[in-house]
This record gives sequence, structure tokens and C-alpha cells, in this order.
Amino acid sequence: MSGHLRSAFFVASLALGVADTAAKDTGRVFVSNEKSNTVSVLDGKTYAPVATIRTGKRPRDLKLNSERTRLYVACGDDNRIDVIDVVTLAVVDQIGGIDEPEVFDIAPDGRQLFVSNEDDGKLSIIDLATKKVVKSIKVGPEPEGVLVSPDGATVYVASEAASLVHVIDIANGTIKADIPVGSRPRRFAQAADGREIWVSAEVAGSVYVIDAATNAVIKRIEFQPRGFRRDDIRPVGLKLTRDGATAYVTLGAANRIAIVDGKTKEVRDYILVGSRPWDIALSRDESRMFVANGASDDITIIDAKAGKVIRSVPVGRSPHSVAIDD
Amino acid sequence: MIRLSVVLLALLLSPVAAAERVVIGYVDQANDPRHEDRMGFGGIVLEQRGRPFDGAKLANDDLAMAGHSLGIEIELVEGRAAGADSIAGEVEKLRKERGARFILIDAAAEALSKAARGTRDALLFNVSAGADALRGADCQAHTMHTFPSLAMRTDALVQFIVARKWRDILVLEGPDARDAETARALERSAKRFGAHIVAKRSFVLGSDPRERDQNNLALLTGGPGYDVVFIADESREVSRFLPYQTLSPRPVIGAAGLTAEAWHWTWDRDGGANLSRRFRRMAQRPMRGEDWAAWIGVKAIIETALRVRTADFTKVAAHLKSADFRVDGSKGQALTFRPWDNQLRQPIQLATTDAVIAQAPFTQFLHQTENLDTLGADRPESACRMGDSRP
Repeated sequence: MSGHLRSAFFVASLALGVADTAAKDTGRVFVSNEKSNTVSVLDGKTYAPVATIRTGKRPRDLKLNSERTRLYVACGDDNRIDVIDVVTLAVVDQIGGIDEPEVFDIAPDGRQLFVSNEDDGKLSIIDLATKKVVKSIKVGPEPEGVLVSPDGATVYVASEAASLVHVIDIANGTIKADIPVGSRPRRFAQAADGREIWVSAEVAGSVYVIDAATNAVIKRIEFQPRGFRRDDIRPVGLKLTRDGATAYVTLGAANRIAIVDGKTKEVRDYILVGSRPWDIALSRDESRMFVANGASDDITIIDAKAGKVIRSVPVGRSPHSVAIDD
Repeated sequence: MIRLSVVLLALLLSPVAAAERVVIGYVDQANDPRHEDRMGFGGIVLEQRGRPFDGAKLANDDLAMAGHSLGIEIELVEGRAAGADSIAGEVEKLRKERGARFILIDAAAEALSKAARGTRDALLFNVSAGADALRGADCQAHTMHTFPSLAMRTDALVQFIVARKWRDILVLEGPDARDAETARALERSAKRFGAHIVAKRSFVLGSDPRERDQNNLALLTGGPGYDVVFIADESREVSRFLPYQTLSPRPVIGAAGLTAEAWHWTWDRDGGANLSRRFRRMAQRPMRGEDWAAWIGVKAIIETALRVRTADFTKVAAHLKSADFRVDGSKGQALTFRPWDNQLRQPIQLATTDAVIAQAPFTQFLHQTENLDTLGADRPESACRMGDSRP
């Protein structure tokens, strides 16, 4: 290495170090491990482990705030949300007194957090500035998936045990509509235009597509990877690309994800991942996918454009959800 | 236009307008000994039990709100019979006086059978009787079974041991008539899955030295080589002392050790932990198989009414029995009814006191169409002939 190059390299690493403390776009991948009570942090390029952060019991859903300085982690068995500093990789705050938080979403303006309380059958609205629950809305039993519409006016909640999607008006905190879907609805996905709501129904083995304007189910997507019976197909996690052109659906017991055409709703392909894949995350440029395999304690990293697995990386016990700081 | 006038006409004719109503009946027997806690000598509580009605109530609480929002009101009405003889009368009373057409029955096989024979224009749900005959020669077209049959439970246990190549079984049979029934079910399961019964011995309760070959656990479990001991013991007074007292170091299954359950309170997958916690919060006790069977019965009825968006009995009953019906019982896969005997297909949980060790069926026993049909009477072997009696 020549002197010039060496100093350039030195400056570059220095700059990297500075960027790191500023904590913007670290590219890091955060994975909640439901059974080890930790969040694994992986390097965004090498996927090597960077840190393991201890959290409350049973960490499940996790999401970054809009500035991507804080990572919220729902700790179900400790009835709280832990707040992780993305720079120091330490738990710096808590939002307590939330009954068994499972899955949550954050309003587009970043002010409120909407979390399902699995045991109480409620949706809680939390003001992130005061860290107080400002409202709780009774919903069906075992609420899980939560999705805030792009305009911030509506929140959708899936009741697993009632097989319903609740449509809730955020301004007045009331249920506007209940939409019956298939058995055990779990998670939601939506494209940037907000015109359709996609919801996975695990036990029904389907994904339902709801028209946001009419609250009517307009399509039921079924999956049939070769060699599987209907009962092995248990869709849970799903993501849509921002333009709505492609959807990715994890199929649980079938150990695969499905790639679905967002327009025609036809399944294009299946990709083999780890055991019992649930959550799936997409990098911001939509080139990479990260799938949490709950029963093989690893995540599968996929080249989204090529539809090929890049590698699998071991994390903690029973990885639940993935968030990416990019 | 025609449809609109029909609706208008219905509104004009109907004395109760607006929301439709599904009335679900529930009949059990006051002072049923099966509801009492299982007690040991000296007043020790061995197992908390209670009325499976708690399960029915939980499903109603779970889903009534959804029903209300979709314009279908749900009402759960109870009838408590003074004795087994009056179960049939209570069923008829709920049907006639309260308008219940879906009726859950928590009763022993004989009382259930009698009630079913005396009832028409209703769909009954058996939530606690495991007798195979109810799904076989004595089956009724208008009786659904959400509680698993005895055969399903012994099939689950035998699948488990055969999958581990523990093929040789020593069978111990108690003096209760139900113990003989259980031992018969086990024999059928062993034959079905290629296990071998090396010996069958009867035991008695007591310590009379003249009967020591029948009351001494070491003597009862000595002799021929075996991989596992199966004990049929309704009283549980012998079985609970059997593990660790067998002459050979072999596991115990059946009434103790590893037991086959419709539901075990430690199942923590598929939303099971939530369900058991909701139940415990309401009933102040762990959820049992009968509670689950009542819960899934009411859940199946309400979800079907919401799905077909009507309280019309004929339509809801038809959908329940159709190939389109599926319900989630927090045991992983979707559950359906077998058309040949109205039994709810379901996984069976094999549990110790505080863990579910496995859930049957197992992949070693594949079925040509439906793996759950490796548990209990499959279509070709079913003795059920329903004829044309329809609800």
C-alpha cells in the first residue's frame, strides 16, 4: 500500500468512525431473539456480529424511529418497550406499563406508537414524547399485526383469535369496520400508495388483500409450493415493495418464502430459507431481504433482485423480527 | 328488486327486527362428579377441574363483540339437569323455550346418546364424551364431536412409541368399565400401528396380600420384557404411583406419565399460551381438554355465522358440515369435521405434568389425503351409518 493510499485509507476509516458516532445509515441489522431476551446486531455489509444487546423478556417486534436514532423493542413478558440507542447499542430508556406488547407500528409523523396488547385484547396508543399510553381501544382477542395508513388517519389491527381485521379511526379512537378474513390473521403489508392492505392468515394458509377504500376483501392468495400439503402452508410475515409491484411472504412450516406479483397477485416463485420463517425485512433500496427463522435460530439473507439466498447467519434463540438501519 | 321486497317482507313479518341472533345452548348436569377437583387421600387436590362451560363462555366472550359489529348477536343460554336422566329434557327445553338450535352437551356417553335420539331440528356438540361408539355404531347425523374420541387418543400414544421403536407394551387394566374400554382402544391402536402387547394384566385397588399379584406394582410390572407400560386407570389411584415403581426401568403412558390430551395448559405454540392464560384469568384454573372442546365448539358456531353473515340455522349448520369449514383451535393447523362421523379432526397433545412432549400425528404415519385421519376411525373403518337424518 503506497503512502498516499494508506493515508487515504486512514482518513476514510476516520470518517467512517465519525459517521458511526453520528449513527446515520450504519447499515446494521437488528434481530430480536424471543427466547434469549436479546437483540443481535449484525454488520450491514459483512453480516458479522457486532453486538448482542440484553433486553426485557421475550423481545418481539422492533422498529426504528423516523430519525433512526432509537430502536424500539416490544418486550412481551416484561410488559414494556425497551428503547435502544442506535449509536451506543445500549438500552437507554423504557416505556412501561404496556400489557404484553407484541407487534407495533409508528405513525408517519413519528409522534405516536400503536401496539397490540396480546393478553388484554387491546390496541394501545403511546405518545412517544411523554412515553404515556394516551388511549386503549378494545379489540378482538389475541391482537397481533398493527399497521398505520400512510396518511396517519387509520390503524389496522388483526385479531388472531377472532379472525378479524379491525379498521380504527385514529382521531376518535373508534372501530370503523370489522373485516372477517381467514383463520389466525397475523401481519400486514402495504405499498406507498396505501390503496391495498395485505394481511396474512396463518391457519387459513392464505394472504387476503383488502381494498382500503371499501374495506372489502378483493383477493385471496393461496400458496402451493411443490410437495407440500395445505396445512404446511402457514403465511405470517409479509412485505410489499414501495411501488407495490412485488410482495414477499414467509410460509412458516413450509420453510419457504413466496414471491408474489403485486398487481396480478400470482405467485412467481418460492425460495427455501430456514426453519419456520416468520418476520421478513427489506433493505431501503429493496435489494436485500432478511428473514427471521424462528425454529433454526438464524436469519436468511436474500438477494431480492436475483431471488437467491446469499447466506444464513446464526443469531440468538428464536429470532422474531428484523430491523435495518439503512 | 325481488330480493329487496323479500327483505322488506321479512322485516314486516318478523316481530324481532334489526340484528339477527344466534342462540347457543349449553346443557350439563349439576353435581357431575367429573366437574369436581380430583382429590387424593387426606383432601389433597391433585387436579383442578370444573365445568367445561367455562370454555364455552370464553369463546362467547372472545367473539360476541365481533358478532355485534357484524350485526349478529350471540346469546349463550344454560340448562342444568338435575341428573343424567334429565339431560335430554333440558336440551329439549332450551330448544323449545329459548330458541337454541346449536346445543353443546357435557354429559357421559349414554345420556348424550339418549338426548341426541330425542332431539330434532338442532345441531348438538359433544364436548366431553370420548366413547368411540358415539362416533361409530351409535353415531347421529346431528351430533358433532369436538372432544376427541378415545381411539384418537390411544392412536396418538401408540404413534409416539412406535415412532421411537418402543413397540412392546405391557398393558395394565383397572376395574372400572371405562378401563376395559380404554384397554380395548389401546389394543386396536397397537394393531393399527404395529405395536405388540406382550401381556395384559388387571389390577385392583388395595393391599390385601392374597391379591398381591394384582395390587403390587412390582409384581404387576415383572415378567416379560417390554418397552413401555400402558395403564388404563379411571381412578388414577394406582397409575399416579406407577412411574418409577415399575420393575424394569421403562416409561409409563396412558393414565400417568405421558398422557394424551385434547388440550394441555402448557402448550405455548400457536397462540396456546394466550388461550390458556385468558381461560385461567376467567375460570381461575388451568384449561383442560373438555374446556377446549367447549371453547372450540362455540367458536366454530360463531365464526361460521360471521363468515356466512347470517344467523340462519340451516345455512350455518350446512356450512359447519361443508368442506369449506375450517376453524383455528390454537393447535397449529386448521381443523375440520370428518364427514363420515362428525368428529372434529385435531392434533392430540402428549403431555407430562408440566410439558407437552409432542403433538400427534407424527410424520412417520402419513395418510393419503389428511394426516389428521391417522388418529381415530378413518372413513373405511368407520362403523357410523348416519342415514338421511339431517338437522
